[in-house]
Amino acid sequence: MVDRPRIRVPAEAKKGEVVEIKTLISHPMETGLRKDADGKLIPKKIINKFTCAFNGKPVFSVDLGQGIAANPYLQFTARVEESGTFRFSWFDDDGTVITADEEIKVT
Amino acid sequence: MSDRSRRDILAIGAGTAALALFGTPGSVSATPEEAAAALAEFTGGKPTVKGKIAIDLPEIAENGNTVPLGIKVDSPMTADDHVTDILVLAAANPRVDLAVFHLSPMSGRAEVATRIRLAATEDVTVLAKTSKGVVLQEQKPVKVTIGGCGG
Repeated sequence: MVDRPRIRVPAEAKKGEVVEIKTLISHPMETGLRKDADGKLIPKKIINKFTCAFNGKPVFSVDLGQGIAANPYLQFTARVEESGTFRFSWFDDDGTVITADEEIKVT
Repeated sequence: MSDRSRRDILAIGAGTAALALFGTPGSVSATPEEAAAALAEFTGGKPTVKGKIAIDLPEIAENGNTVPLGIKVDSPMTADDHVTDILVLAAANPRVDLAVFHLSPMSGRAEVATRIRLAATEDVTVLAKTSKGVVLQEQKPVKVTIGGCGG
């Protein structure tokens, strides 16, 4: 099972400020190109998509390939005009979706 | 003689280990055609503009399994004129396209960072598309000491 993702969002910001967001999730990002000790291909299993929405509106997303390192780290920015909640979602090849919310107070 | 056969066994062992890391030899690197196709698909055949993207990558990556990559695109990021998509390509990887970032005016700045896998010493190409239909391009070489598996 996947651990809880680690997310860094400032707790507070000024209206119109651009804040930096950092996320990291534990995941092997198995490429599907490696072989195990018996010479059998290890099936591909990666986080193929990441999305970030603020108060329900999409802000940022990423289509990830096998070329993204294990435990995918993503850093990006968002402009905040009002207090609200960021929702982060990670989509696994196996259909699992991991979500996490972070609140920000805008003054 | 016994020493030599021992060495042979070691060599076979090393070869197997390399295979385990990189998969089958045929899949180690994408073809230049695949790289060109991925680029053409993103640009739609349009000429690209240089000098607007700053790529932050180490000159030498000791471990290709995890190479920090930072991208900054010079863009006002307004509703009218903003970066919509950023594509990262690595031509010597088994899969050429590493990631596509989708941005919006709510992004505020066109700045992203992640960690990538690089199979070998190669050029990392970054392409960015703007809402005005302009396609920006930049690339940076990275020397890779130990290739990242798969990629």
